[in-house]
Amino acid sequence: MRPSLQRYRNILDFALSSLLRRKGRNLALISVYTLVVFVIASLVFFVQALKREAHELLAQAPDMVVQRMVAGRHDPVPLAQVEAIRSIRGVDEVQARLWGYYYDPVFGGNLTVLATEDAALAPDAIWIGQGVARSMRVKEGDLIPLRGYDGQSTLFSIQKVLPESSELVSSDLVLMAPKDVRALFHFPEGLATDLAIQAGNPRELPTIAAKIVELFPDSRPILKSEILRTYEAVFDWRGGLMVVVLGSAVLSFIIFAWDKATGLSAEERKEIGVLKSLGWESSDVLLLKFWEGTVISVTAFLTGVLLAYAHVFFFSASLFEHALKGWSVLFPRFRLIPALDGYQLTVLFFLTVLPYTAATLVPSWRAATVDPDAAMRS
Amino acid sequence: MIELSQVVKTYQAGLATPFTAVDRVTLSIPAARLTVFKGPSGSGKTTLLTLIGCMARPTSGRIHLHGLAGDALPHLAPAEALEITSLPERFLTAIRRRTFGFIFQQFNLVRGISVLENVLLPTYPTGEDPRAVEARAVARLESLGLARHLRSSVDRLSGGEAQRVAIARALINDPAVIIADEPTAHLDSRLSEEFMDLMSQFKDAGKTLLITSHDPIVYDSDLADMVVEMRDGRVVSET
Ligand SMILES: Nc1ncnc2c1ncn2[C@@H]1O[C@H](COP(=O)(O)OP(=O)(O)OP(=O)(O)O)[C@@H](O)[C@H]1O
Ligand SMILES: [Mg+2]
Repeated sequence: MRPSLQRYRNILDFALSSLLRRKGRNLALISVYTLVVFVIASLVFFVQALKREAHELLAQAPDMVVQRMVAGRHDPVPLAQVEAIRSIRGVDEVQARLWGYYYDPVFGGNLTVLATEDAALAPDAIWIGQGVARSMRVKEGDLIPLRGYDGQSTLFSIQKVLPESSELVSSDLVLMAPKDVRALFHFPEGLATDLAIQAGNPRELPTIAAKIVELFPDSRPILKSEILRTYEAVFDWRGGLMVVVLGSAVLSFIIFAWDKATGLSAEERKEIGVLKSLGWESSDVLLLKFWEGTVISVTAFLTGVLLAYAHVFFFSASLFEHALKGWSVLFPRFRLIPALDGYQLTVLFFLTVLPYTAATLVPSWRAATVDPDAAMRS
Repeated sequence: MIELSQVVKTYQAGLATPFTAVDRVTLSIPAARLTVFKGPSGSGKTTLLTLIGCMARPTSGRIHLHGLAGDALPHLAPAEALEITSLPERFLTAIRRRTFGFIFQQFNLVRGISVLENVLLPTYPTGEDPRAVEARAVARLESLGLARHLRSSVDRLSGGEAQRVAIARALINDPAVIIADEPTAHLDSRLSEEFMDLMSQFKDAGKTLLITSHDPIVYDSDLADMVVEMRDGRVVSET
């Protein structure tokens, strides 16, 4: 091996044995460090995964939804409007959607009940999402009772559990025949919850919306792009919050690292003096401290990221449940789909590894540039 | 030869309590000889040796090495006089590594690592073939009677053993000058005699030896070619 390479190796070997020498202290250091990386990485993974899910959700949404407003509140839409809207130029398809929320007192969650005209659906049968099957502990072929508006229970047989495409889209879904939806909720005939509209050319959507309002002044068209903006605003608000949380986590970490590292113990300072007196250059000492810091920070970084990955994607970010309870209004309980973003990891790496490395190098550099004699006597 | 002229070391110079530990020392120390520095505690012996050993710079004065720093700075001819007080830091490092082997008063072994690792410490930055240096270190430790302790942690060694580890470490890069600060302070008289035997071997091998000591076994020894007596930072006699 070339001498210069051998020098790196020798000093790396010595750095490792130095770390082992101060096992207790370094383990404590790695634990705290790992915890910080874990919290930050969990937040980043979580927010990013939610964003991705929301985009998927919206990708399947119709171009425009038309609601009817009565006294400022969302009210069922007369089916008679379907034909009138369909004849507006540029409208491809109008679908009257019949749906509602069903609160299940047993497991304490909301289901989305949606009517489907699918011919494959057997009479008195329903299709359910994965999340429903999970929380109700039911499977295909089971019978489940649903309490109607009048308190009477009706039994439905589960014909199918919907395959998992994105959990957000189908997790809390219960699909049933339109007549069953009307019976369950006492939903009047001739009315629908809202209308879903597809346009051939998305650029015509604002014109179509204007025409609908002209025809039916009590209707409220909601464009997909508007929903997208709303979601984005919500996420950005949350994202903004995340930035604050993240920022303070990183800041406290820097303070921690600084405190840990600037407090070079008297023994360490003396050791630097001894090494220098044995003919180590300042740069050799710095290389040693750099290896030590790198081993600690890379170990903590990898452990923290792996733990955060498991936490967010296998345990559904269960530690954040309380802090982020608001999400359950927007989303059902679901399992996020694992994905890693190289950019995020890089940012995370620089936010955590760099400050620590700098914080360890600066004091060592100061100790390494004084006379060995002075470093030894101090 | 090591030549000192008007060397002064003042600690905390410019502060409220300056302290002059070495005061206008002018001295010629012959090469390949044993020179002993004696004097009461606090007279500046250790300070003077750290100045010679390039571990601290004098406040004023000049120190010349004649033909001693040959292979430390390859671009200089060996016989040339080298003025070390004005050298840049990285040359001083090279001289510390190649020219001087320092055996400290408190040994200054690095705690928590093995005897062998301590001896190898000065070789890490040189990037020499690790097998060769390790063989050298093992041979040296064996000749010093430490074969059984190669892998022991230095924390558990006796005083005499720790000193021999410090000697092995000072010699690993085969320096021209060996500096030993109070080497016999932690040893009984038998071990002190053994130490002096070792020094006589090094002298025969052509090494320049600088030793500080309060111990008559050292300064009254036949081996001592010159005894320098110090008091309050000044040289009071040379014999
Ligand atoms: N960094 C420093 N700052 C201030 N004073 C110092 C410093 N280093 C040494 N001294 C003082 O310089 C004087 C000489 O110290 P030195 O260690 O050279 O003495 P010595 O002759 O080796 O003594 P001993 O025989 O006890 O080892 C002492 O009075 C000591 O207190
Ligand atoms: Mg001393």
